[in-house]
Amino acid sequence: MAKRDRMSGNEAVAYAIRQINPDVMPAFPITPSTEIPQMVSTYIANGEVDTEFIPVESEHSAMSAAIGAEAAGARTLTATSSAGLALMWEELLLAASNRMPLALALVNRTLSGPININCDHTDGMGARDTGWIQIYSENNQEAYDNFVQAYPIAENKNVHLPIMICQDGFITSHAVENIELLEDAAVKAFVGEYEPEEFLLNPGKPIAVGPYSVSNYAMEARKNQELALENAKEVILQVAAEYEKISGRKYGLFEAYKTEDADYIMLIMGSAAGTAKQAVDDLRAQGKKVGVLKLRVFRPFPAKEIAEALKNCKAVAIMDRCESYNGNGAALGSEVSAALFRNKVMISAVNYIYGLAGRDFTVTDVYRIFDELEQAELNGTEVEQYQYVGLRK
Amino acid sequence: MRTDITKINEQTPHQDLTEGLMVFAGGTSKLFNTGEWRTNTPVFHANLCKQCLLCAPVCPDASIPVKDSKRGEFDYDHCKGCGICAKVCPFGAIEMKEGR
Repeated sequence: MAKRDRMSGNEAVAYAIRQINPDVMPAFPITPSTEIPQMVSTYIANGEVDTEFIPVESEHSAMSAAIGAEAAGARTLTATSSAGLALMWEELLLAASNRMPLALALVNRTLSGPININCDHTDGMGARDTGWIQIYSENNQEAYDNFVQAYPIAENKNVHLPIMICQDGFITSHAVENIELLEDAAVKAFVGEYEPEEFLLNPGKPIAVGPYSVSNYAMEARKNQELALENAKEVILQVAAEYEKISGRKYGLFEAYKTEDADYIMLIMGSAAGTAKQAVDDLRAQGKKVGVLKLRVFRPFPAKEIAEALKNCKAVAIMDRCESYNGNGAALGSEVSAALFRNKVMISAVNYIYGLAGRDFTVTDVYRIFDELEQAELNGTEVEQYQYVGLRK
Repeated sequence: MRTDITKINEQTPHQDLTEGLMVFAGGTSKLFNTGEWRTNTPVFHANLCKQCLLCAPVCPDASIPVKDSKRGEFDYDHCKGCGICAKVCPFGAIEMKEGR
């Protein structure tokens, strides 16, 4: 029987970790993810899990220790935010290239400067080329559900890649909401025991992890890594289908909310998707054909599937909660536009930058954006193709 | 998943390489002739050697084999010619020669 409760997003992830009972957790505290290692430490102190906690001196060490533990044969995870993820940068790439299926709970927070501790996706988007699987959550329920699905995806033999489960700092990590939790036994059965075929602490069967690769091997290794990430797409869908059987909750690469007949679609990721859906409900009540495409899986990037989902609308608002400083838009703006172009879906696509460093994003903002798209379509008004939402000017 | 490293070379297609280029086998570095990197070569003068064995433990490539408490000829397949052994030898029994 599922259990109804109320908890914050951080509590939800810590609860999932307790149910999974991983072998090793090296972590270093950073706002707003600090509660996750703190709560797991409490579970350890109370004897509810037998996870080995390593209190490291930095995030650089946290990710290094996580790679070492995972290579040794232990199911490993860590949690971090913002500058913590930035300090892991070098090791993030190694975790992926060494094909370590470890998990990271990312509580999205901006990176300085200006110095700020609030939510945006600068940290996660900064790690977008590191080879990790990245899954984004709208609320605490999704943060929990996504975390329970993390290891079955990462540890699949066709994948063997690290996975980042992301949720919005403070907005979901600290806000308390209703949640439906699975029974401990159901989670344990779903995630299973970690039984790697090859690992370092395996007497009589030595392995070498991360050997130096000369130029004549490195490109082939990268291609294999890229193929594993592509394989993850199918595995994510298989795991979601299995998860639906035990939870009743359905997940895909993205959620298409009222997009079927929509003329105007907002593509958005994370907690703000809830705001966008509320606005869509309001506008639908006025007869506007609008919808939301909430991206769940950012890596691997479902380019073809996104293009397919958007091909019948007139215009899309691509929402980025970060900057790329390339003068032409941000991460989703660039990648979704490329996906549309390559799949020959020639709709108008405006890149909006919103909610940086915790700036509020409201239903009124969504109304305004849909109105702007509609005015451009119907009356040919000029729209700034890359713009900031709610900027004082 | 055990790796036969002798079957992997610079013509191997990507599908046949190991995951993450890991090597699922032990002691495979013996098959890699680091001696090819050498630009200077140590020459052993057995007549000057007192078998003090200071040279063997300082060799970073384990290229000075010791048997029955006596060192033998260099393992030129793996000696990179760093010259540490020549520096440490108190009796001038190891001479560095230019070239391979």
